[in-house]
Amino acid sequence: MPSESRLRIRKQDSVVQIEFIDRNILDEGNIQMISEEIARLIDAEAAPKLLISFANVDHLSSAALGALITINNKIRQKNGQLRLASIDPQIYEVFVITRLNKLFQIHESVDDAIKSFG
Amino acid sequence: MTNQPRHSPDASHAGHSGGSIRHSAVVHHDRGEVEAVQDALEAAMTRCGYSKASLFAVRLSFQEGIANAFNHGHKNLPPHTPAIVEFAVSPDEVMIAIEDQGPGFKPDAVADCTLDENLEVPRGRGVMLIRAYMHEVRYNDKGNRVEMFFRAKPPASA
Repeated sequence: MPSESRLRIRKQDSVVQIEFIDRNILDEGNIQMISEEIARLIDAEAAPKLLISFANVDHLSSAALGALITINNKIRQKNGQLRLASIDPQIYEVFVITRLNKLFQIHESVDDAIKSFG
Repeated sequence: MTNQPRHSPDASHAGHSGGSIRHSAVVHHDRGEVEAVQDALEAAMTRCGYSKASLFAVRLSFQEGIANAFNHGHKNLPPHTPAIVEFAVSPDEVMIAIEDQGPGFKPDAVADCTLDENLEVPRGRGVMLIRAYMHEVRYNDKGNRVEMFFRAKPPASA
């Protein structure tokens, strides 16, 4: 695990819960590091169940959306499940504008998201 | 100058002109240089009384414009190739112009990322986000310069 992780990660039961340390997910370098770190978490699971919380996030860019799509595709290839939670209304609007609220399963709270895993 | 940003990249100019806070800078693909312009832009908007929602919209559009310039416009150019960034902020309007040195692109030829068949494609959302969050977006004929406008209020009806 790299020493300068941009994520807080914990595993509860079979669900890997991820939170971002950065408030702004804009910078491509950071986004690439985050993507690689999450890819390693996916690789380590047989059928990954990932929950990504946006509780600390104020801004994100289309590059971050692209990274989430790639993560979602990887998880689906392994018959896993991805949930997003605690998205600020301004950021949720970005998902609505891009229609990505139709692609991702988004829950209001981490608790709701945990309950939704099959 | 009273409106000097707290950090300016080389070859940047800031000042007041015609009631606007103006700034222009030669920016490289460097996080610090980009953030310096963004900080100056947001400081000017805050001084002019723009809301947090306005700052969110402009920050997102600025970041997408910068990403397009360096990742697409300068894709086949040396990494040190700079772009030119200008902004003018008044209480009524924010104008941002970003000009890269690439061959240009045709903004109308970018695939619609909201179509069902494109939802899982990880790229191609920057241009549409700029259009969604800014009130007006113009490209030059070559397609290597974008000018985007955010307005504080809709124009008064005649």
